[in-house]
Amino acid sequence: MNTPKRASPRHRSRLSRLAERADRPIFFVFGVVGLVALAVILFFVIREAVPVFRYVSASELLGPSWYPTSEPPFFGALPMIAATGLVTLGALLLAIPLGFASAGFVSEIAPPAFRDLAKSLLELLAAIPSVVYGFFGLTVVAPFVQRAFGLPTGQNALTASLILGLMALPTVASLAEDALTAVPKAHREASLALGASRWETTWRVVFPSAFSGLFGAAVLGMGRAVGETMAVLMVAGNSPVLTWSFLRPVRTLTAGIALEMAEAPYRSVHYHALFMLGAILLLITLATNGLAEWLRGRVARQGE
Amino acid sequence: MIPHRRSRTRRATEIVAFSLFGAAMAVALLALGIILYYILSRGSGAISWEFLTTFPRKGMTAGGIYPALVGSVYLTVGALVLALPLALGAAIFLVEYAREGPWVRVIRIGVNTLAGVPSIVFGLLGLALFVKALGIGVSVLAGSLTLGLLILPLLIRTAEEALRSVPRSFREGGLAVGATRWRTIRSIVLPAALPGILTGIVLGLSRAIGETAPIMFTAAAFFTPRLPTSPLDEVMALPYHIFVMATESPNAWKTKDLQYGAVLVLVGLVVVLNLGAILLRAHARRRKVW
Repeated sequence: MNTPKRASPRHRSRLSRLAERADRPIFFVFGVVGLVALAVILFFVIREAVPVFRYVSASELLGPSWYPTSEPPFFGALPMIAATGLVTLGALLLAIPLGFASAGFVSEIAPPAFRDLAKSLLELLAAIPSVVYGFFGLTVVAPFVQRAFGLPTGQNALTASLILGLMALPTVASLAEDALTAVPKAHREASLALGASRWETTWRVVFPSAFSGLFGAAVLGMGRAVGETMAVLMVAGNSPVLTWSFLRPVRTLTAGIALEMAEAPYRSVHYHALFMLGAILLLITLATNGLAEWLRGRVARQGE
Repeated sequence: MIPHRRSRTRRATEIVAFSLFGAAMAVALLALGIILYYILSRGSGAISWEFLTTFPRKGMTAGGIYPALVGSVYLTVGALVLALPLALGAAIFLVEYAREGPWVRVIRIGVNTLAGVPSIVFGLLGLALFVKALGIGVSVLAGSLTLGLLILPLLIRTAEEALRSVPRSFREGGLAVGATRWRTIRSIVLPAALPGILTGIVLGLSRAIGETAPIMFTAAAFFTPRLPTSPLDEVMALPYHIFVMATESPNAWKTKDLQYGAVLVLVGLVVVLNLGAILLRAHARRRKVW
């Protein structure tokens, strides 16, 4: 056995010596950690969700009544799917115009020095925890909405949409700005040289050229709004009743899980049904991310 | 392009349209300003040394946030300690070892997709895997593992970016004097990438400390009479504490001041961490004049 020579500069830890010989396979294992995490999430959420079909049929799962603790219980997720759609739509109606326009401001009008500042501030807006947005919505926006529309409660889909829109805004604005900045300068110069004004250039040349990237920004903003939990839980009112009105309390998929999981006994029908809501969310996420990824590929090809 | 319209109309259109663009930016920044100002002005009155260092009293209607603050620090630091080695390894693989190709593309799509998974789904995974299947129970450890997975993609991306910003010549220099690839990475590339990696660490902490949904079923307790003594104990956590006080307490209106105070502490931590990240990034960029 070699005695370790501690004082020698040649001494290296055993781990390090191993790493030097087997570095490639070792780091390959680390490299796939993201994929493994994703696979583990898919596996466990689906594993806990699927047993719900032993008790509830697929058509009942998409039914209009959600009364998980009544006798007999009803597990129809439609009200929550609809509510998620409703508040996401509302959020995007706010976040897309504001996000695209502020991105246009930063990339086309503002001095370049403003770009870093704006990006940092948008990052800060994105960094504020969702429970804080929920708190702000509950104490400021909900009372305002209640008074403005003369409602019994300000906790409804509209308030949730406003807060969610604000939360999705930094994502949309920042990615849209990246897309606009990526449009080659030559496009703008060609348009201006033909006599178009700066606005005409922006609206008819830059925005259309950046279409894929802008669409991707909107899609990722949508993903953010669909998956948001705490803020919606605090301001949307949480009534699991099917409605298409923005002025009614609603319960989204995320809020439903957060609200009821603590009361659902382990591996009861209710527990499995809540995991099924999670699986639906996961499916929406995979779809939106797949779309965003495809659009990103298109943008990359355009750049070549 | 539009020959029939008179130039004055075109000019007016341009002014109106660009003003709207500016207004949109102003709305976004104004919203940020209003939220920060509102929280600061309402919350600053509640902040005191006592508020930060004492337990809640009288059924959480008085007293401080000490256990929630400490619990959040445990959870957040735990998440970082668990996730950072994995994230660094993954980033080193992607930048130093992998050759661009379909495999790397799949790995990268996996990381991006993981970043888009809703935080409540991480909570579900934590419940099914860590709390139940592995039998860890509702605990600091289960919460840290869940939060660690949540910040994994963010850490991988920032570390990847930091490693990529190190010039090729650094690596060539190391290899040219006969160092192995790993030795070159450890002694030359990683130190050069350190400021960028630190930026990612700070952003990861900031993200983890504010998350509520992933710890609801895996770690967080409504109230604990003492601090956790082992990683297998439940903890209070600041964001969950805020959520509970604002929504579930029958005395929600009575504890308004405490709520504002707790929100201010959380936002303060997040803002300080993010400013730190901005400064670190500026520092990293300035140094890049190699």
